[in-house]
Amino acid sequence: MMDRGNGNGRSDLRIGVYVCHCGINIASMVDVKRVAEQAAAMPNVVVARDYKYMCSDPGQEMVQQDIRELNLNRVVVAACTPLLHEPTFRGACERAGLNPFFCHMVNIREHDAWVHEDREKATVKAIDLIRAAVRRVKHHKALERRTVPINPNVLVVGGGIAGIQAALKIASAGRHVYLVERELSIGGHMAKFDKTFPTLDCAACILTPKMSDVKKHPNITLWTYSEVDKVDGYVGNFKATVRRKPRYINEDTCVGCLECIDACVFKEPRFTDEYNEGLSKRKPMHIPFPQAVPQVTAIDPETCLRFKTGKCKSSCVTVCDRNAIDFDQKERIEEINVGAIILSTGFQTFEPKDRLPQYGYGIYDNIYTALEVERLVNSAGPTEGEVVLRDGSKPRAVGIIHCIGSRDTKSNIWCSRVCCMYSLKLAHLLKERTGAEVYNFYIDMRTPGKGYEEFYNKLLEEGVHFIRGKVGAVNDWAITPEEEGRLVIRVEDTLGGFVRRVPVDMVVLSTGLEPHKDAEDVRRKFNISCSPGGFFLERHPKLAPVETASGGIFLAGCCQGPKDIPDTVAQAGAAAAEALALIDKGVVELEPNTAFIDAESCSGCKSCLSLCPYTAISFIEAEKRAEINEALCKGCGTCVAACPSGSIIQNLFEDEEIFSEIAEVLSNG
Amino acid sequence: MANQEFEPRIVAFFCNWCTYTAADLAGVSRMKYASNIRIIRLMCSGRVDPQFVMDAFARGADGVLIGGCHPGDCHYISGNYKCLRRYHMLERMMADLGVEKDRLRLEWISASEGDKVKRVVNEMVEQVRALGPLDLPGRFADWDAEMRELDEKVQREHDGACEAHAAKETQS
Amino acid sequence: MTDKPKVAFYWCASCGGCEESTVDLAEAILDVAKLVDIVFWPVAIDAKKKDVEAMADGSIAVSLINGAIRTSEQEEMVRLLRRKSGLVIAYGSCAQSGGIPALANQFTREQIMRVVYEECPTVDNPNKVHPQETYVDTDGIGVTLPGFRNIVRSLDQVIDVDYALPGCPPTPKLLAEALQAILEGKLPPKGTVLAPDVAQCDTCPRKDTKPQDVSYLEFKRPHWTDMDPEKCFLAQGIVCMGPATRSGCESQCISGNMPCTGCFGPTSRVRDQGAKIISSICSSVASEESDQIKSVLSGIPDPIGTFYRYGLSKCLLRGRVDTAVTTSQSQEARK
Repeated sequence: MMDRGNGNGRSDLRIGVYVCHCGINIASMVDVKRVAEQAAAMPNVVVARDYKYMCSDPGQEMVQQDIRELNLNRVVVAACTPLLHEPTFRGACERAGLNPFFCHMVNIREHDAWVHEDREKATVKAIDLIRAAVRRVKHHKALERRTVPINPNVLVVGGGIAGIQAALKIASAGRHVYLVERELSIGGHMAKFDKTFPTLDCAACILTPKMSDVKKHPNITLWTYSEVDKVDGYVGNFKATVRRKPRYINEDTCVGCLECIDACVFKEPRFTDEYNEGLSKRKPMHIPFPQAVPQVTAIDPETCLRFKTGKCKSSCVTVCDRNAIDFDQKERIEEINVGAIILSTGFQTFEPKDRLPQYGYGIYDNIYTALEVERLVNSAGPTEGEVVLRDGSKPRAVGIIHCIGSRDTKSNIWCSRVCCMYSLKLAHLLKERTGAEVYNFYIDMRTPGKGYEEFYNKLLEEGVHFIRGKVGAVNDWAITPEEEGRLVIRVEDTLGGFVRRVPVDMVVLSTGLEPHKDAEDVRRKFNISCSPGGFFLERHPKLAPVETASGGIFLAGCCQGPKDIPDTVAQAGAAAAEALALIDKGVVELEPNTAFIDAESCSGCKSCLSLCPYTAISFIEAEKRAEINEALCKGCGTCVAACPSGSIIQNLFEDEEIFSEIAEVLSNG
Repeated sequence: MANQEFEPRIVAFFCNWCTYTAADLAGVSRMKYASNIRIIRLMCSGRVDPQFVMDAFARGADGVLIGGCHPGDCHYISGNYKCLRRYHMLERMMADLGVEKDRLRLEWISASEGDKVKRVVNEMVEQVRALGPLDLPGRFADWDAEMRELDEKVQREHDGACEAHAAKETQS
Repeated sequence: MTDKPKVAFYWCASCGGCEESTVDLAEAILDVAKLVDIVFWPVAIDAKKKDVEAMADGSIAVSLINGAIRTSEQEEMVRLLRRKSGLVIAYGSCAQSGGIPALANQFTREQIMRVVYEECPTVDNPNKVHPQETYVDTDGIGVTLPGFRNIVRSLDQVIDVDYALPGCPPTPKLLAEALQAILEGKLPPKGTVLAPDVAQCDTCPRKDTKPQDVSYLEFKRPHWTDMDPEKCFLAQGIVCMGPATRSGCESQCISGNMPCTGCFGPTSRVRDQGAKIISSICSSVASEESDQIKSVLSGIPDPIGTFYRYGLSKCLLRGRVDTAVTTSQSQEARK
């Protein structure tokens, strides 16, 4: 039973107030000494101290010692946001034998010192907020965290390298994983690459074994061509609805012999192959790439004659001795229960056509995005690795333009982190394959990674040209005979201090990384937040970089922000570890900020019943009053605000606690 | 009556998941905004009881700002809609009770909109500054001064009567 | 004189209904009369202010005061009774929370005077004569009228009050129970409202007819609609203050097929009855879009009159805050 009593006794309130300097983060804008002095004079405050780093071991020890020696029964810590260190200080209280919920944090860093410029006003504000907390904690009760059992299964959304890595780690630890991938095959962007920087090892050699491990792993249920439609529940107990789109091939019977592709009535591939960035054609019956996992073909109903006209001799069916082709396949809905979710939904590359027309993409044939070039240089790509222009010729000179759609307020403000390095990689590969002169146009060369600067130096030695400057335009307006019939890159060489015109035969646009266009929908579905750029927001950039504000939902890979493969793999491991740490505990501890109805006071007016989005409130007919199921309550407090007779109480956010704060933030002057 | 000396006092009720986090982000991003705001954290804008808003005004707030997740984004599915519904009645009631419109504001601010916290707070502080103090405690005290006057008068009469009585006693 | 406990009744700004309700004790009043000595009751017995003044301080066991405080005279009298009484009970909605008279807190004194002495259709006052607090006639004889206060106050906003008996008016049952408790010396903690601390719905005869998922597409006003005589008013889209109002009224309005209008005031856990009922009712408006929400809420044309019908003095804002004239302003006006 939860102790609703006052634990250490209200009549003898003994409050300790701790004001953190946070180095100079707080102390430079808030007069922490004065704040502590003022706090010491507040009612029931037994001790008020300021300290350099309250969250440090000695800082926490200070609190614990005071609790023991001064018999404190309430603790107020004025420091950073409670979203950061509330668990820290609650833990300190708990270790000293004080119920952790007698501790309250005051945010004088994010909400005060960091956002104000007037030291006097910021100091007064800190004092106001502390006064409010000192009065608030009087009403605090000893509470117990609720524990609910955890479903040990994990859902991984997105089967790029991040999702693959996370799924394999969790599955190897003996937990069941549902890996849901939107496309026909897992592998994501990495599967499209030929080589990876800086080691130039083959992407497929690293990735494809992992992909087939996923398929083989008994603990992994792989659903490709599927999307998560809906997520209900909460940490430890999510219910996800997955929509499995029809590929018109029975996955269980198809063995991936690919004979149906050969047998397709279209003798030649005629339709744009999205996987190859439109650089090749495919048939209606297709498989994205030879190493696809699962090794299962798919029919594109938009182009398949059987679907379009109903008239086709369906030679694919004839040739398939497994009877795997099923034109009547319907969308299927699967409902799964999981305890944790890892989002690894990746990124999309910047689309330069309409957004940055000055670079000529879509206007001139020989301007490519980096991803297209990745396919061109890939031995499994449309040209089998031979770098040829659209007219079949080999380029004599190639210009690689960095920062397309990155580091610019007109496109995306952020640095996409990988473009410098992949541009160097492509420069190397292009030079190697074509012997062309390769020019890199860069704003700044960013090579922060193990072996990255060394790779850059290697490229310098290889004779690749580097021109520092932001390219203004690419077009075919020749003014010299040498430029005739070629593409001209116009750039201000900021090292040379003059404008250059560089004629080339091929331009590679190093397009940046940005959130998927439907990241917003995904965010809503999973009830998480986005950072200003639209990437998913981690709970804390340093303390909780793979967690989200929603318990049990973790992030891996580029959906959280641009990163390279080593970082993605590392982060996926971290997300897997977080998910395992959560589910291996068996139970999840929930904040006790739930609401409850005082049975004596409830009139049974039923006003609250329909307000609860979790149907946690039910009406007990026998007693003609309402009751809240604590296990279902998530602690929003909506019913508390709405109870017309004030008979619903929210732990940690009781009316009196809020009224205390209101009164005291206004009591000064 | 704009008063440059006057520093408005704004009480804000921010939901934990969006607006409070956005205010944290504003901090982390070292954005600078007016220090007139005192933020009270609630788990959801659905927890905002109209009593809180009125109590804040009654205790001297010159403005009250409510911050919640954007429509469709509520961490608790629909708490922000309940807040919105109450807000529309509350704004009518406040108007009927003579509290200027700009003193009560509801804003949807997502966790990524630190800049919006800055903009809204600065805007509101200036709007409320232009309105001048609401100062309900002061107004209440003004209204109630008449009771003190009467109290003093009655006391004087009472004292006078006692003195007259005492004088009479001594005379006789 | 007997040594029976002395009791006083007084009325301030009220309609007289509370006095009536005392008489509604019917025969029981005789039992009460046997046990107590009624020393002051302007409506029923002949005793004057000077008689009260002559009593020893604290000599009256209990004063039951009804009506809100609108004038200086009422203020003076209740102060006097406070000094003379052991216990003071705010009797009825007006004394407890301002009642109907407190709705005047939406207007300035000047507005009220102008309406009453000039603009009312039946008023014939070509010289626009307004009452004066002091008037000296041509013979040099001065007369005074009580001062008209800035705002209407509840009793506890003027004097210290021990208990409140809510209702417009309180029921005889509650009065009898209160008197019995006092006579038996079974006094609840000071400040207690002498009615059940549960909302009206607890005892509402229509309780079972309320569905669990009421949401409002529109609000209907009682006089616009054929009201189902059995069904919960809120379920019919008619504003009912029952969920935010104390029980103890014996559901008289409901039984008369009229919704609760809130005269028993809020429960002890609520600071502002109006704020709480809007929080509850508005939460269930059936829209998520501002214009539609406003349109639904427009079915409640007078929120203050609806949600603070008996309690504007105890509203956290106490009335319309921009129009009530301050003392300093009114002093200037007088000059």
